[in-house]
Order: sequence, then structure tokens, then C-alpha cells
Amino acid sequence: MFRTIAELVEIAETKEIPISEVMILQEMDVKEKTREEVFAEMEKNLQVMEDAIERALQGVQSVTGLTGGDAVRVQQYMKEKTPLSGPILLDAVSKAMGTNEVNAAMGVICATPTAGSAGCVPGTLFAVKNQLNPTREQMIRYLFTAGAFGFVVANNAFISGAAGGCQAEVGSAGAMAAAAIVEMAGGTPQQSADAFAITLKNMLGLVCDPVAGLVEVPCVKRNALGSSQAIVSADLALAGVTSRIPADEVVGAMYRIGRQMPPSLRETGEGGLADTPTGRLLKEKIFGVSV
Amino acid sequence: MKYNSVFDIIGPVMIGPSSSHTAGAARIGLAARNLFGKQPSWAKIYLYESFAKTYKGHGTDFALAGGLLGFATDDLRMSKALDIAKEAGLKIEFIEDNSGVDHPNTARLVIGDENDQLELVGISIGGGKVEITELNGFELRLSGNHPAILIMHNDRFGAIASVTRILAKHEINIGHMEVNRKDVGKEALMVIEVDQNVGDDILQELQYADHIIQISKIDS
Repeated sequence: MFRTIAELVEIAETKEIPISEVMILQEMDVKEKTREEVFAEMEKNLQVMEDAIERALQGVQSVTGLTGGDAVRVQQYMKEKTPLSGPILLDAVSKAMGTNEVNAAMGVICATPTAGSAGCVPGTLFAVKNQLNPTREQMIRYLFTAGAFGFVVANNAFISGAAGGCQAEVGSAGAMAAAAIVEMAGGTPQQSADAFAITLKNMLGLVCDPVAGLVEVPCVKRNALGSSQAIVSADLALAGVTSRIPADEVVGAMYRIGRQMPPSLRETGEGGLADTPTGRLLKEKIFGVSV
Repeated sequence: MKYNSVFDIIGPVMIGPSSSHTAGAARIGLAARNLFGKQPSWAKIYLYESFAKTYKGHGTDFALAGGLLGFATDDLRMSKALDIAKEAGLKIEFIEDNSGVDHPNTARLVIGDENDQLELVGISIGGGKVEITELNGFELRLSGNHPAILIMHNDRFGAIASVTRILAKHEINIGHMEVNRKDVGKEALMVIEVDQNVGDDILQELQYADHIIQISKIDS
């Protein structure tokens, strides 16, 4: 069983198999399941992601009214104008936001690695898909690659905002997506690790400060920007840009930073954006109590 | 390792909005229900730190109720679970507790009916994954990675052997086991993590092993 990203990359390089295959083989081994069973289970998750995006693009609204409709707004803008950031990037942003809009509206989603950060992996997948034209199997492999990196983060640091801040959630999710994009685009396992590290480095220190304690503001838009960073990082790695700090050490830094974060910045809804005048006002409006 | 499957990371499929506060909470509720062995008629739920501060926004309250009702994380009835609980005669009280705890997402569930009562502490460690850290005053560490049998028994010689003999007979392999007692010769708790789900017939056989008080199980 791999414990670190260095081990993960080494196994892939030695056996000359992609990262996704390392994850698939380990899952088969640990759960004593066949390749078909493991693939079928992941395909179910892929379907849930696809359905969530489809639902989002028809327009959803959360119970509080704080979020919803932005995924559609961005798609409309893309039809009418030429987006400055490019169609793939903005498509990913729209689909990532859409996934989290469905989540905020208490719809069905697949946590990747968490619900609050569920947008980055599917958002990027269903955007880069338009250029890379993957098979269904390659799309399923995308999720195994993302999962392999998330697996290392979860076991060596944390993936919940309550434990380590948003860097552990959207930070991990964006970095997982970056690594998966690289593999789908034909990059090497080491390039996946570099793309992962480049994204996570830029997420270090990101706090979890949800307004009114709801997974809406700023979570939905952080997934939007997280997915954009994933694509940019993947491009950097595919261009041959490497991370000076190895991926495992970035995970270690993320862990230590999270341990130093006060509870007010770890999903208690007490600090950061939650504690702005508007954040407090929204909470008062939603729950009808003064805070 | 805390996480041993890729589906802990890509998954679970769930009703939003939070994997730790909604899906994890539902799984803690479900573990309590499974260990209780039936639907309770009342529940007192103590919430700590992040759970206490944000449970309304995250739907931690309806998710815990959903778990007690036996709902899986992707059950579409989840967001209506508080109403469904009321209709089903399950009275739930939520208490925000300021006491210090080891993990920010901690819940203490005291559940029962007119005959029985069960107390459990669960933590939601991220991505929908939970651990049970206390059961009826016994400290334990149940990861939920594997199926498990929990056996309350009297602290007497032969109790453990009589249980493991039955498991051996049915060719059930033990992956992890711990035994905890309140005092010499008093009540004790055996926690046995096994590799495959244990059938009701075996559970019934275990019921008649020596010095057994009560048995419950968690499937995986």
C-alpha cells in the first residue's frame, strides 16, 4: 500500500503503469474485489457527478437563496461572448460551481474528497473532456488518479475544513484534479505530482470561514477558482514546469499550517468572511437571531 | 491508516451539503441505530465544537435523525428526516455542549426506548468517514473500515475463548480485536473487526456463548 506521493509515483514508474492503475490494483487488493467490480463502483460515482452537473445547468437555488444560478449565468456568457480566460477554463468553473450549487441545494452529489469541495474534480473532468475526448474508461480512470492523491492527503494530513481549513478541502480537491488532468492529457506520473504540488502550494493557509456555517458562501466560488487553478497547474506541469518543493512536503506543510489554525477559522462559522458585517447580517437574516 | 479505500476519497454519494457534517453525521446516527438493534423512541444528542456551531446550516440535525431512522447517506428523504422522525414517534433533543473534546466534529448520542438505552460517541473525521470512540462508557476505536461485532460480556475467564471458538468454527477471520472492562469481574466489551459481514445465525449462536450479555454488529 502506498503511503506517500513519492511511493505512488515510484510504483507507477517502476511498473510502467499510470497512477490510476496503481490505485485500481490497490483497491482490488484491499477490498478483495475484481477489476470489474471496482470499475463499476467508480462508474456509479461518475454518473452521479454527471447528473449533478446536468441538474445544475438547468438552474438550481439553495433554500436560503444565497447560492444558485451562477453555473447557468457563466454558460450563457460563454455563448454570447468570448471569455477572456478561455472556453475550457470557464466551462470547468461553471461546472464546478454547478456541482456545489446542487450540493448547497441538498441535492445528490459525490464527495470528492468532501461535499464542500465536490466541484473541482467533476468540474474539470467534464470541461477538459471536450478537448481530450476521453473514453468512458479514461473518465473513470480520472477519478482513480484524483482519488490516489486524495488518499495520500487524507492519511497524512486531513481533508476536512473542521480539521485543517479550506486548504484541506478545496486545496486537496483542486490539487487532485490537477494530477488527474495531467494523466488524461498524457503526462507522466511525476508531472501529475508536480501539478498536484503547484496547486496545493497556492492553497496553503486557506481558511474555512463559511457564512452562517452554510456550505454556500464562499464554498461555491472557491470550487470555481479551485478548478481553474487545477487546469492552469496541469498546463504548467505538462509544459515541464516542476515544483521545487516535492508534493509530500507540500502536504506536510499543509498539515502543520492546519494544526496552527484557530478553531474560529476551521468550519465554525465564527471567523473570516463569516465575521464580516455582511456575513453576520446574512446569518441573522437566515436564522432570525442576532449574533 | 485512517483511510484504506479510494471510495473514502471519491465518495460517498450523498445528499448535500457537507460530507463531515451531513453524510458523516448520518453515518454516526446509523451506527447508533445498528448497535441499538432497533429504532429508538427517544434521543438526546450532544454536539461539540464545529458540530455545535454549525449544525443547523449543515443539516447535521436532520442527518443524525436520518441515521437513527436507518437512512443511508444518499437517501432522498434525508432533508425531511426531522419531520419523519416526529411522525415515527422518535423524539430528538439537540444540546450544544461547550465542553472540550479531542475532535472538532464530535457528537454524543444517548438513545433508547422504554426498555433499553445506549450511549455512543462518534467523530466525523472528513469526507464522510466516521469513527466510534466510545460506547456505553467504554473507550474504543471503531473505524467502520471493516464489519465488526460488539459483545458486552461479564469479565470472566473463558468468555473470549467461547466467542472466538464460534468464529473459528465458521471460518471467520479476526482482523483486529480489543477488550475493555470497567473493573475486574464486572462488565466488559469485546470489539472484534472481521473480514466479512457476520450472518444473523452466527450472531444468535454467539448469544449463547459463555458470559455474554448483549451482542450487536456493524456491517460494512
